[in-house]
Amino acid sequence: MSRNAQNDHLTRLEQTSIHIFREAFANFRSVCMPWSMGKDSNVLIWLARKAFCGKIPFPLLHIDTTYEFPEMYEFREKAKEIHGIDLIVRINEDAIRRGIGYATHDPVTVTHELKTVPLKAAIDEFKWDALVTGIRRDEDPTRAKERWFSPRSAEGVWDYKDQPPEFWGQFASTAPEGGHVRVQPLLEWTELDIWEYIRREKIPNPTLYFARNGKRFRSLGCHPITHPVDSPASNIDEVIEELKLTRVSERAGRAQDHVGRNSMQALRAKGFM
Amino acid sequence: MSQTSNISSVQKTAQPDIEDMRKMHVVVVGHVDHGKSTFVGRLLHDTDSLPNGKLEQVRKNCAAEGMEFEYAFLLDALLEEQEQNITIDTTRIFFRTTKRAYAIIDAPGHKEFLKNMVTGAASASAALLLIDANEGVMDQSRRHAFLLSLLGVKQLVVLVNKMDLIKHDQSTYEKIKVEYTAFLKSLGLTAVHFIPIAAKHGENVVQRSDKMSWWKGPTVAEALDNFNHEDDLTGLPLRMPVSDIYRFDHRRIIAGRVEAGAIRPGDELIFQPGGRRSTVRTFEDWPGPSREVAGTGDSANFSLSEQIFVERGQVAAHPNQQPRVGREFRARIFWLGKEPLQQNKTYRLRLLTQNVEAVIAKIEKITDASSLESIEASTVPRDTICEVIVRATRPIAFDLHSECAITGRFAIEDKGRINGGGIILDSITEKASGEGKVTAAERTARAGHSPAVIWFTGLSGSGKSTIAELVERRLFDAGKKVFRVDGDDLRTALNRDLGFSAADRAESVRRASAVAGLFANAGHIALVTLIAPLAADRAKARAALANHAFIEVFVDAPLEVCESRDVKGLYAKARRGEIPEFTGISSPYEAPEAPEVHIRTDKLSTTQAVDLVINALDKILESKAEDWEV
Repeated sequence: MSRNAQNDHLTRLEQTSIHIFREAFANFRSVCMPWSMGKDSNVLIWLARKAFCGKIPFPLLHIDTTYEFPEMYEFREKAKEIHGIDLIVRINEDAIRRGIGYATHDPVTVTHELKTVPLKAAIDEFKWDALVTGIRRDEDPTRAKERWFSPRSAEGVWDYKDQPPEFWGQFASTAPEGGHVRVQPLLEWTELDIWEYIRREKIPNPTLYFARNGKRFRSLGCHPITHPVDSPASNIDEVIEELKLTRVSERAGRAQDHVGRNSMQALRAKGFM
Repeated sequence: MSQTSNISSVQKTAQPDIEDMRKMHVVVVGHVDHGKSTFVGRLLHDTDSLPNGKLEQVRKNCAAEGMEFEYAFLLDALLEEQEQNITIDTTRIFFRTTKRAYAIIDAPGHKEFLKNMVTGAASASAALLLIDANEGVMDQSRRHAFLLSLLGVKQLVVLVNKMDLIKHDQSTYEKIKVEYTAFLKSLGLTAVHFIPIAAKHGENVVQRSDKMSWWKGPTVAEALDNFNHEDDLTGLPLRMPVSDIYRFDHRRIIAGRVEAGAIRPGDELIFQPGGRRSTVRTFEDWPGPSREVAGTGDSANFSLSEQIFVERGQVAAHPNQQPRVGREFRARIFWLGKEPLQQNKTYRLRLLTQNVEAVIAKIEKITDASSLESIEASTVPRDTICEVIVRATRPIAFDLHSECAITGRFAIEDKGRINGGGIILDSITEKASGEGKVTAAERTARAGHSPAVIWFTGLSGSGKSTIAELVERRLFDAGKKVFRVDGDDLRTALNRDLGFSAADRAESVRRASAVAGLFANAGHIALVTLIAPLAADRAKARAALANHAFIEVFVDAPLEVCESRDVKGLYAKARRGEIPEFTGISSPYEAPEAPEVHIRTDKLSTTQAVDLVINALDKILESKAEDWEV
C-alpha cells in the first residue's frame, strides 16, 4: 500500500502543508515566500513545488544581511537553478552605509536593521498581501502561539493577544488594511520531521548542517552570531539519530534569541519572522 | 497496539523511537485557575520532555523576581502572561510516549478567550477537562463541555485536580463525578474516566499516587495512550472541495483536499453546486510517479477526461453519493463576535472552500452554554450558543452534521473576521416566491453567478465570433446564463439605419452597449462581438456598462492574416473599392492599449484563446461574488 495522510506521519504533514499553500494562493492577491536557504526554507520550496505541480507560481525573497556564510551564497545559486526559482534579493544598503554591523552593534539591533527593515521595505515595494514563512511551533515558545494564517498590521506588528479564531480549515483570508498575512505551512512540523522528510525526499541543503571537526550547525543565521554545536553527526542519518536523543534546544546557537529574557518576543512583535 | 492500563509507556528519553508517528492532538480545558497550565507543565516535566536547562532557567527567573516557582511558568513563556498569571492563547506543546507523539493544546480558561479554546479544541481528537476538587464544577467546566460536544470532540477524560487540597478524599471526588456525569449526559457526552490527580505534586499524572490507593484506574499518561486517533473517514462518501484550478502549462489541473472518502483515476465525479460531471483522467503529482489513489487528508491534483467548467468552492463527489445542494438550513451556532449576532443581517458563510453571503433568517433559540437553559434575547451575545435558520444568497453543497461532520459545519465571517461557527442540523426546502420588485441580487442568486459583459474587439476576420461562440458554448454547458450580441446580427435589424461613417460607428457601439447592458441587467453574461475600431467609442461603452463586470478582449491578428482568411470576402471587396471606410484598409483601427485579455489568434489555438477569456471571467466573477448584496 502506498503512503498517504492516513497511514504515514510525514505524508500527513506534507499533504496538510500543501493544502495550506493552495489555500493561500487561492485567497491572496500577491504571495511571496521569504527564503533563508536554511533547512525549513528548503522544505518549503519542495512543498510548494508539490502543491503547484512542479513550478512555484510566486517569487521568493532573500533578505541578504551580507553576513551569510560564504557557502550559503553558493547554495543559493545552485538551489535557484535546481528549483527554477524566481528570486528577489534585498539588502538594507542604507543601514550598511550607516555602519550597522555585528562589530559595533548588538544582535537585536542588527537583526532588526538588516532583516526586519528591508523585509518591510520589500513588502511596501511589491505590495504582497501574503508571506509564506517556515515557522514551526516547536522552535520557540512565542512561535507556539502562531496560527496557520496569522495577520500582521501595516507596521508588521503581530497582535498575538487578539488573534482570529482558526478552526475547521477556515483561516483568516483577508489581510488587514495595508498589512499582510503570514502563512505558515510548517507550523505542525518538528525539527525531527524536517530532517526525516529531507532524507525521504532527498531535498538539497547546505552541508553546514553536517559535522566538520566535531561541530555542526543546527540552525543557520548570520555568521558572527551563529555558533556550531558539538556533534559528530556528519550525514542525515546521524543527524536524525542525534535529534532523537538531544535535549539542547534548536536555536541555542542563535545569539539574538538570548540577549534578554524576552528578546525573541520583542523582535517578533516588531515584525521579525 | 493493546495497552494494559496499569503499565505506563512513558519513557525517560526525550525522543525515543515510537510505534505511531502520527501526532495526536489533545486539548486541555477547564475553568480558570483549575490548574491547566500547572498540569501541562508537570506532564512535560514528568515525561522528561523539557529542553535542557528550561526548568533551571524558569526557576532562576522566578528566584530573580522573588516569586515562588510554579510548573505553569514553563508554559507561560510570554512576559505578560506571567504577570497576569493566565494563559492568553492556545499553545501547543509536543511530547512523546513509547506509544506515540502528542501535541497538547493548552487552551485558556478565562471567559473572554473562548475563541482560542475553539481554535485549540477544533483540531483535537481528544480532550482533558480539569475540575478543581476544592471548588467543584464551575461555569466554564460546563461551558467547555458544551463546546466540546459542538466541536465534535468525543473522547473525553475528566481530571479531578488539586486532590491534595481536600486531603485526597474519595467521597468529594465521587460527588463531583456524579454531578458532572449527569451534566455530560445531557450533552450526549460520556467521560472515559474521572481521574483524581494533584498536578502540582505529579500525583496520578505519570506516577501513580501512593496517597490515593482507592484509585484503581489509569494515570493520565496511561489514559492518553488509550485514546484513539480521530475517525478515519476514508470509508465515507467522497467529499473533495475544489481549492483551485491550475493552468500553469498545457494541463488543466483540479486541486483540492479529500476531506472524506477517496478518489481514483477513472472515477466519475459530479461537482456541486452546478452538477457538471466528468471522469478523473490521472493524478498530476510532482515529481512523480503520480499516486494511484488520494484518500482522506490527501491534497489531490488531477486532470479530467472531459473538460467541464469547475470552480473553487464546488464539492466533488461520486454521483451515487452526492451532498445536498440548497440555500437554506437550520444550524446550531457558537458566536464569538464582539458584536452580537443579529437576525436579518448578512454575513459570509464559509463551508470548506465555499464562501457565500448568507442571512441569519431567523434566530430560533438562544441557549445559556452553562445552564443549558433558553435565554430570552433578540440578538445573540458573544460566547453564546443558538439555533438559527441560515439562508445563503446562492446554492451551496453541504451535508447534515449527523451524516458527514466535515461537510456539515461552517464558519461565519463578519467584516473579514471569523466570528462564529456552526453545525447543520436540517436542510430546508426553499419557498418559490419572494416579495416586491425582483432585485438584481435575486437574479444573481438564481443564476448562481454575477452578470458580466465580455466585449470582443478586433479587425474583421481576426476571429472574434469564432472565439465568442466557443466561449458561449463553454459557459452555457457549465450552466451559466449567457448570450451573444453579434455586430453583424445587429446590423440586419436594430442598426439597419446605420452606415460606416465615424458618427454611425459611434452610434452602433452605443446601441450594442445598451443591448449588452439589458442582457446583463437580466442576469446574463453578454458576449459582444463588434469591431468598434475607435478607442473613444469603446471607452464610452465601458463607462456605460460600469455597473457590470466588464472584460475587453482584444482579438488580435495581423492585417495580412485577417485578409488572407477573408471568410466573408469583405477584404477583397474593400480592396476593389466596393466597401468604403473598411476598417484596416480605408479606415483606422485603434488597438486597445490595456485590454483585460489580449489574444493573438495567429499564435494561439482556439482552445488556448477560450481558456484565457474564461480565466479572466472566473477571476472577475469571483471578485464580484464578494460584492453580492441581498
